[in-house]
Formats: sequence, structure tokens, C-alpha cells
Amino acid sequence: MGFEYTSSEMMSVRASKELRDREVVFVGIGLPNVACNLARETHAPSLQLIYESGAVGAQPERLPVSIGDPALVTGALSIVSQSEVFQYYLQGGRIQVGFLGGAQIDRWGNLNTTVIGPYAKPKVRLPGSGGACEIAVHAQRVVIVMRLSPKSFVETCDFITSPGNYSLGKSRREWGLPGAGPTAIITDLCVLTWSEVENEFIVSELFPGATPDQVQAKCGWKLKFAKTLPEALAPTREEVRLLREKLDPQKLYL
Amino acid sequence: MLGAETAPNLRVMIDKRCSMKEAIANTVQDGSSVYIEGFTHLICFAAGHEIMRQGRKDLTAIRLTPDLIYDQMIQAGCIKKMVYGWAGNPGVGSLHAFRKAVEKGLPHVLEIEEYSHFGMVSRIQAGAAKLPFWPLKNYAGSQIPEANPAIRQVTCPFTGEKLAAVAPLEPDVVILHCQRADQDGNAQGWGLFGTQKESAFAAKKVVVVAEEIVNTSVIRSDPNRTLVPGFLVSHVVHEPWGCHPSFVQGHYDRDNDFYVKWDEISRDEKTYDAYLDEFVFSCADRKAYVKKMGTELFDKLRAKSRLCAGVDYGF
Repeated sequence: MGFEYTSSEMMSVRASKELRDREVVFVGIGLPNVACNLARETHAPSLQLIYESGAVGAQPERLPVSIGDPALVTGALSIVSQSEVFQYYLQGGRIQVGFLGGAQIDRWGNLNTTVIGPYAKPKVRLPGSGGACEIAVHAQRVVIVMRLSPKSFVETCDFITSPGNYSLGKSRREWGLPGAGPTAIITDLCVLTWSEVENEFIVSELFPGATPDQVQAKCGWKLKFAKTLPEALAPTREEVRLLREKLDPQKLYL
Repeated sequence: MLGAETAPNLRVMIDKRCSMKEAIANTVQDGSSVYIEGFTHLICFAAGHEIMRQGRKDLTAIRLTPDLIYDQMIQAGCIKKMVYGWAGNPGVGSLHAFRKAVEKGLPHVLEIEEYSHFGMVSRIQAGAAKLPFWPLKNYAGSQIPEANPAIRQVTCPFTGEKLAAVAPLEPDVVILHCQRADQDGNAQGWGLFGTQKESAFAAKKVVVVAEEIVNTSVIRSDPNRTLVPGFLVSHVVHEPWGCHPSFVQGHYDRDNDFYVKWDEISRDEKTYDAYLDEFVFSCADRKAYVKKMGTELFDKLRAKSRLCAGVDYGF
């Protein structure tokens, strides 16, 4: 111990551990992008990164600044059209893990990236779905990365852009959704995992130094906690070095 | 001798080359539906700027990700309706003119028809294949279909499964930027494709914009690289650096500093309009824009070469 790390670094490191070697992952921009590339540098060297822009098996030599970046193309296994990405890779069931985030999330993992306020007269107009809805529908599992705040962890989303495990009165199975839905939410203080028994996300791990009260204070719904609450491993020196020196030296996301 | 006259090597090529000014004037009318293609890559800002200079109005603007260029066209009053999947500044944040128009109706109301990216791609495929709809497994458990009643449902005639269905998109004009084309519009590109091929087949008219104009022999030497055959194309524009601040694989990098800076420029009405005055309305064409941006920037963005091994087309 005896060195400092930021909460973004902790989130990236923890998110990277959701990935297993040789898995096929649909990468989003921001922290998920850092997490996926960190996994590739550490425990999952054969992770297959697929970007919505059509880069398959990407090995970016620099942290891509958007999901469409020339560095995703150079050295990739394949570059495909977007109709192939969505139809063959995503709808075809080839994606094992999808990463998502949003402006709002509820206890079932439904995500809002569309509007704050009513759709017809929004207080804040957000960018919209992009590929998020189809990732939520088709990825074999979904990992969500979001900072805790009462404004974003809400009782009810103003709009459901991407379905979680229970939305609009029906479970995923009842909706007939092919993917298994969100399994974990990585926040800046804790990890929540999906509980079939409780039919909601429950706090299952705390980050070093975080308390259940702190977590609850930043969440808009009354949280349930797992019976045992292990502490997540702090980032190692090597992980922090990789993040700072190799993956995001310009501090675009960290 | 009839045989000699029709031999392919003697066929007279049609020269479709023209300036961006002519291409836009001849294809984009007030009220047209326009799709400036390119998913983060190959976004033809030069075409958007020319549409703004020609003062086109009431356009229906189509894109998966309407980024800075459509935001500028909203600010300039060109766009009446937007059909899209994600409206933001990729990797940075919001589109400020878009947000003001949707949140406050300023400077005027913007109609929106919103899908996801998969929904948009499906619409373009239906347009390309001339089918009345395209089915996709999507939107169950999402409120996107509530927000957009044009997302419907069909029942599979074989399994009885319920699928989402979207209608074809057939834009009046599609503008495709690519690395190289010949004077007939045979267009070759590499790197991220977006929906280039599909949109060209969906379009009523196709304008090809190329970084480089090459002889047809170059095209024929590597036919797998051709995205769009010239017989779909009505105009060909040679426009180097036509995508800045977007990028062209093998030619120039994304100007990320600009995308970041844009957030600040576009937040404030005054700096936004001042930018458009200086870099769009005061520039006669792309050449003038490139000159204004300065050689230092373009030297910095110029791609470092990474040639591939090449393939053997022999038989």
C-alpha cells in the first residue's frame, strides 16, 4: 500500500475484472474503454474488443478518443460495416459482454440516456440510445459502469432507453429478450450485483474505505445489502502504472 | 467495326467531376432529405459547410450520429427535422444547438424522429434492398417505440415470433466521402465503413467526395476495395481535407482538440455564430477553410503511413 489512486482508477480496475480472457466484448467509450484495454494488458490478453463502429479484434495503440478512431482500425482483426456489427455480431449472439452507462439507472438496471423530464418537453435532452438499447437486448451479459449519485441512481427512470432485468412491468424472460441482462454495476464506492431472489440489484462489495451509509446516501432508492460484504481489492501499483503511463497518459478519462 | 468501339478499354468515361458548390447546388434543394454519411470516420464537413453557405432550408437531416456538422447546420437554420440514433459530440458531450432547439424551441423547433443505431442501420438496409420494412430483434422493454410510433411490430410468418419493424429510408441525397474515386464515381474506401454502401443504394442521388481522384485502372487493380460503383453516382467532388475535424484513414487523424474545444465554442450563442461566420460563411470553399486553419495543424494531423501487404488478383 502507501500510494494514492483515484476513484476513476479504482472503477476501471474493478470493471476490468468483470472480463475473462478470450471473451468477446462490445466496448463503449469512456471508463469501459479504459477497463477493457486494461484487462487486455493484464489478465485477459486474448480479449476480443469489438467496437460499434465496426472494428473487430481491435488492438488500439493509443486510447481511442471516440468509438470511431483510426487507431481502432490499424492492426485490427477485421473491419466490418455497421450492418454486420449489429446483425451478425450483436443480434447473432456473438457478444458475450456489453458495457453500458447512463444518466439514470433504477434498481432493475434499466438505463436512461434519452431525456430528463418528459419526452415531449425534456428538461435535459440527452444524446439518446446510439447502440445502447441493442447492446442491452443482445449482449449475453451487461456490465454497467456509473458513479453513484442520488440524481442518477433513481427510484424510477424518466425514460427507459435500454432495458434491464425488469422493465415496464415485465421480466426479461417475459419480454423474450435474448441476452441475460445486467449482472453488475460498478460504481465509485461499491459493486452491485443482480439478485434473482430479491429481484433487484444489491450491494455486494464495498471499495476500500467506503461504508454502507455512504453508499446509501448516494443512492435514490432504499438499497439492499448482501449478507457478507467483502472489500474489493485496491488497484495494484502495476495496474495504476499501466493506467497512467500507457492507457490514459493524457488523462482523458481518469 | 462494332467490336472495337464497344471494347471496354475504348469506352468513353463519363466525367462527373465538379466543385462542391456545383454538386450541392444540383442535388440539395430546400426541403430535401440529406444524409451526409460517415460514422465518426469520413464525415464530409465540407459538404455540410457548403449546404450552409447556399442557405438551404427545411432539410430532413439523416444520420446515425448527428455530430458537430448537423449541430452547425441546426444553428445555421438549415434543418427542419432530424432522423437519428445518437445526438452528441462523440467522446466529449452535448450538441448545444440541438439541445437548445429540442429543449427550448430556440431558435426554432426541431422535429425529431429517434431510433437506436441498429434501428437506423435497419432502415437504411430496407432502403437499399427496396423492401417495405426491415425486421430486427430489438426494443422490447424499451420506451423508444413509445417515443417513436414509426417503430412497429411484425409477426414472423414461420415462427410466430414478434419482431420490431422499421420502414425504409430513401434519402434524396447521400454524400459519401472516401479515400479515392475515379471521374465516373467508382469509389474506394477503407477503415470504418459506417453505412456507406447501404446508404448509396438507398439514396435517390449519390455525391461522391474523394481525397484523391485516380485513374480507373487503379480502381480495377483492387476491385474488392470498391464500395460504390460509379453507375450509382451523379457527382464527383475532389476535396482534400474535406472531413476535418473528422478523419480519413491513411490521410489524416481526427482533430480531437477541436472536438473538445467545440464544447466551449458552441455553448455560447455568440462564439458559436462567430465561428460559423469565420470558418463557414467567410470561406468561399474548402480550400479557403484549409488555408485559414493553417499548415501547422494539418502537418500535425497528417497520418503516418501503415501500408498493408497487398493481395494477388491473378488467375
